[in-house]
Amino acid sequence: MNNKLYNNLIFELSNPGCVGYSLPRNEFPHHEISESHLRNKECDLPECDELTVVRHYTNNSGNNFGVDNGFYPLGSCTMKYNPKINDEMAGMKEFTDIHPLQPETTTLGCQAVTDELRSVLSQITGMDDFTLKPCAGAHGELTGLMIIRAYHESRNDTKRTKVIIPDSAHGTNPASAAVCGLDVVEVKSMPDGTVDAEDLATKLDDTVAAMMMTNPNTLGIFEHDILKIVDMVHKCGGLMYYDGANFNPLLGACRPGDMGFDVLHLNLHKTFSTPHGGGGPGSGPVGVRKGLSQFFPLVNPYHGNFLVELRGLAYVLSLGKENIKNVGPLATLNASYIKESLKDVFELPIEGLCKHEFVFNGLLDKSTGVTTMDVAKRLLDYGFHAPTIYFPLLFHESMMIEPTEGESKDTLDAFIETMRIIAEEAKENPEVVKSAPHNTPISRVDDVLAARQLVLVYPNEQKD
Amino acid sequence: MFKYFPHTADDIQHMLDVIGLKSLDDLYADVPESVRLKGEYDLPEEKSEIDIRKYFNQLGTKNQQKICFTGAGSYDHYIPSAIPQLCSRSEYLTSYTPYQAEISQGTLHYIFEYQTMMARLTGMEVSNASMYDGSTATAEAAMMACTAVKKSNKVIISEAIDPKVIEVVKTYAHFNGFELQYLSQQNGVTDFTNLPGLLAQGGVAGVIVQQPNYFGIIEDFTGVADTCHDKKALFIVNSIVADLALLKTPGEWGADIAVGEAQSLGLPMAWGGPYLGYMCTTNKLVRKMPGRIVGETLDQDGRRTYALTLQAREQHIRRDKATSNICSNESLMVLWVTIYMALMGKQGLREAAQLGCDGAHYLHAQLLATGHFIETFPGKEFLNEFCLRYDGDLDALQQTWLDHGFFGGIKVADDIVMLAVTEQRDKEEIDALVNLAK
Amino acid sequence: MTYFSESHEYVRVEGEFGYIGITDFAQKELGNIVYVDMPEVDDEVTAGDDFGAVESVKAANDLISPISGIVIEVNEALEDHPELINQDANSNWIIKVKLSDPSELENLMDEEAYNASIS
Repeated sequence: MNNKLYNNLIFELSNPGCVGYSLPRNEFPHHEISESHLRNKECDLPECDELTVVRHYTNNSGNNFGVDNGFYPLGSCTMKYNPKINDEMAGMKEFTDIHPLQPETTTLGCQAVTDELRSVLSQITGMDDFTLKPCAGAHGELTGLMIIRAYHESRNDTKRTKVIIPDSAHGTNPASAAVCGLDVVEVKSMPDGTVDAEDLATKLDDTVAAMMMTNPNTLGIFEHDILKIVDMVHKCGGLMYYDGANFNPLLGACRPGDMGFDVLHLNLHKTFSTPHGGGGPGSGPVGVRKGLSQFFPLVNPYHGNFLVELRGLAYVLSLGKENIKNVGPLATLNASYIKESLKDVFELPIEGLCKHEFVFNGLLDKSTGVTTMDVAKRLLDYGFHAPTIYFPLLFHESMMIEPTEGESKDTLDAFIETMRIIAEEAKENPEVVKSAPHNTPISRVDDVLAARQLVLVYPNEQKD
Repeated sequence: MFKYFPHTADDIQHMLDVIGLKSLDDLYADVPESVRLKGEYDLPEEKSEIDIRKYFNQLGTKNQQKICFTGAGSYDHYIPSAIPQLCSRSEYLTSYTPYQAEISQGTLHYIFEYQTMMARLTGMEVSNASMYDGSTATAEAAMMACTAVKKSNKVIISEAIDPKVIEVVKTYAHFNGFELQYLSQQNGVTDFTNLPGLLAQGGVAGVIVQQPNYFGIIEDFTGVADTCHDKKALFIVNSIVADLALLKTPGEWGADIAVGEAQSLGLPMAWGGPYLGYMCTTNKLVRKMPGRIVGETLDQDGRRTYALTLQAREQHIRRDKATSNICSNESLMVLWVTIYMALMGKQGLREAAQLGCDGAHYLHAQLLATGHFIETFPGKEFLNEFCLRYDGDLDALQQTWLDHGFFGGIKVADDIVMLAVTEQRDKEEIDALVNLAK
Repeated sequence: MTYFSESHEYVRVEGEFGYIGITDFAQKELGNIVYVDMPEVDDEVTAGDDFGAVESVKAANDLISPISGIVIEVNEALEDHPELINQDANSNWIIKVKLSDPSELENLMDEEAYNASIS
C-alpha cells in the first residue's frame, strides 16, 4: 500500500482528442438516428490514451489495503484468503462468454456448476434445496423472508406480520424485514449477548411470522438455548430464519438444518472465500427445508451472480470433506487465542467460550480517554486493518475481532503484540493514538463536512 | 497440513495451552451434543489445483459459446484487454467496503469517478455506488418513489418494459406492499392514453418506462414527465445504459430517477451475473436514494479525500427505517465499467453504439430483403435491437442458426424474433446469419 | 411555557401556537447534525407520530411530535445550516404548529421533570 496518496482523478488526466480504444472499421451503411431521439448534450467522458488509464488505475490501487496486503480482522465480515484458483476458473471463456438466455442444451456446464453448488451447500447446511438468485447477503435475507411470508400466505394465515429480531442483530435484518412488509419486534439479549428466552416468550403469539437469528450471534457467542428457542418459535407457528453471516465457525461443528432452522442464507463472499471486491459482488444463496422450495421468489432474472457462485463451488471442492471440517475449529482457535492473549489490557465484557469472533469493549483502562476509534486508526499505522468498530451496538466501545482460520500463529502474535503496544501508548502517549493514523496516505476524514456539503460528482467543465 | 491452513500441530498445542483447553473439540463444549456434527460431510474428497482445472475444463466443454445476436437485457460487448488485468489487482479485488476511508482511497476514488460518469451518461445530477442489477434497481426505484412522494403507494409501469424486470418489480411490490398498475403497449410502444386517468385517481408515486424499450424501440416521452409532475408523481426511466451514449437521456426527458442495467458497459455476459444495477437521481431526491454514496471531503491535513457519506440513510444505522436493506453492492463491477468508460471515453462510447446501430440496421435490411421477414412494428425507430415476423418455422430457423454457431435472438411471440447487434459483430457474421435464413 | 417529551422534543407554547424542537440533551447525544428532514407548511402532525428526522454522521433519529396540529412555519435556516441546532437547540426550533388539542400538553413533562429524567 502507498504511503503517499495518489490523488488524481481520471477527469484531471483527460486530454481532448486522445483515445484509449480501438474498434473495427465500420463497414455498414450509416444509419442516422432521428434528431428528436438523440441526446442534446454530448456525454462528457474522459479522453485519455490507454497507458494513461492503465497507470491511473494501477497507482490508484496502491491507495487500498486488501487481504493480500495484510491481516484483516473485521468481525462479521470473514475476510479470509481469496484463493486465486477460484478466480482463474471464473475467468474461463467457456463460462464468461455465455449469454444467460442461451438454450439449455448449450449451457449444461453452467447448469452443472449451479446444481453441484446447491448440492454441496445443502449437505453443509443440512437444508433440502437452495436458490442461488440472491446477489448478496441482504438480498438473501429479503428472499428468505419472502419465502416465509409466501408460506404463511399459502396457508391463508394472514395475521402473521411480525418478525422477531435480537437487539444485537446486524442492521440488514430489520431493514430486510421492513422492505418485506413485516414489522420488527426486538427481543432482548442477556448480559452474555445471547437471546433472553424469557423475554422471547412474552413476544411469541400467532402474529409472529418468523424469528431471525444468527448463531453464533453478533458477539461471537453460540446460542446455547438454540434448540429451546427454535422449539418455542415453531410451537407458536412461526418459522426460524438463520442469518448465515456468522456461519464460518460452524463448518465442521454443526448444521443450521439440524438445529431446526427452516430458511437460511449464506454469504459466499464471507464463509466461502469469494473476494469482497471493495464492496461486492457478493452472493447470498438461500436454503430451505423440505416443502418450502415452491415459494422461491423471482428476485433476479437469471441465476444470480453466477461467476461468484462458481468461485464458491471451486472453494468447496478444493477443500473437500477432509478440510471443510477444520475451518470452524481453526477459526475458533484463532479468535480464542487473541481473546485470551489480550483480555488483560482490553475490556472483555463477556467471559466464556467464543467462536470465530469476539468483542472487546475498548481498552480496560478508560482513564486515558483513548477510544475504540483511536485504537482502530492507530492499528492502520502498524499495517493492520482495523477490526469492526461500534458494532454490535450493545457495548459503547465495541471492537469486534475475527481473524479467520487462514491466519498463522505468527500473524496473530504480531497483531497481539501491536495491540499491547497501542494499549501502552494510550497510557504513555495518548495523543499519538488519538490523532492517528499517521502513516497512511491520508489522515482522518471530515465526515461531517462530507455530509453537510455534498459533493457527489466531479464538476462538469464542459461548456453547454 | 492444508495449503490454506497455516497451523502446525505444535502451533495448535501451544495455542490451546494459552486458551486453557485440551483439544479443538473443547472449543465447542457449549454446542448441544444432539446437533454436533458426527462423522464426515457427504462431500467429494479434496481436489488439488490440477484436479480443479480438469473438473472445470470438463464442465466447460459442456457449454457452447455462440456468436451472439441476442440481447433482451444482456449484450455481447467488446471488453478492452486492460480491464480484467486491472480489476484482478489484489488491492481492488481483496479489499473490503471502504468504511475506513484512510486505507480505501483507491476504492473511494473509483466510485466517485463512476458516480460522476454515470450522472453525465444519464443526464442526471447524482448517482449511487451501484445496486445488484437492473431489475432490482428498478424495484428499488419504485420503493424510493413511494417513500419520496407523500401518501402514495401505487406505481405505474409500462408493459413495454423487459418482462423479466417487471417480474422482479412485481415480487417486490407484492411483499413491500405497493400496488402496480400497467400502461399497455400498442404497436411496440407504451400507450400513454390512460396515464392522466390513472394519475388523477391519486396516490401514484411514480411511472416507470424503458428506453429503448424491451422490443428495441426508441420511445417518445414528450410531455410524460410534465404529466407525472402535475400529479406529484416521479418519472422513472430504465435504460440499457450504453445506449445513452447516443440517445436522449433520462435527464433530458425530465426523469426524476434513472435506473437500469450497466452490463452493456463492457461486462461479460457471464450467464447472467455478476451484473451492475445503476441508479441516478436529482439533488433534491438524493437523501431518498438507496445504496452507498461517496462524497468529497477534506482530511485533517486539508487534502482532498473521499468517504462514504449520507450513511445515516443506510441499514447499518437506520435499521428498519432505512431507505433500503442493501449492504454489499457490485463494487468490483463498478471499477470494471469505470475503466471501460475511461478507456472508451467520450468518442469510443458513441462509436461503439453507432457500430451496433449500423450493424443492426444492416441486418434488419438484409433479413427483410430475403422476403421471409416483415416489419413487426412499422414506423418505429430502433437503435441496435429489433423485432421481425418470420413466415416459416421460427423454432427450426433458430435451431439452424444454433447448429451453425449462432445464438439467433429470442422469440417474442411464436413467429416474432428479436435480434441485437453490437460492435462485436462484423459483416461476415451478419451475412452468414442472413444466408442461413434464405 | 415549555413542555418536554420522553423522546427529547420540546414544545414552547405561545397562545395557540407551539414551537417544536429537540432539547440540548438530544443534540449532544446526536453529535454534529448534518441534515434536518422537515415537513411542509400545511402538513398535519399527530402527537406521538414522527414528523421528520434529524441526521448526524453516525445516527438518524425520528422527530416525534409532542402535540397534534397543523404546521404553520418551518425553520428554513436549518436547510442550509443544520448545525444551528447544535449551537443552540432551544432557540433553533424546527417547526411552528397551530395546536389542535391543548389538552395533550397535560401528557408532557415540565422543565423540572424533564431535567430530572435525564440526570
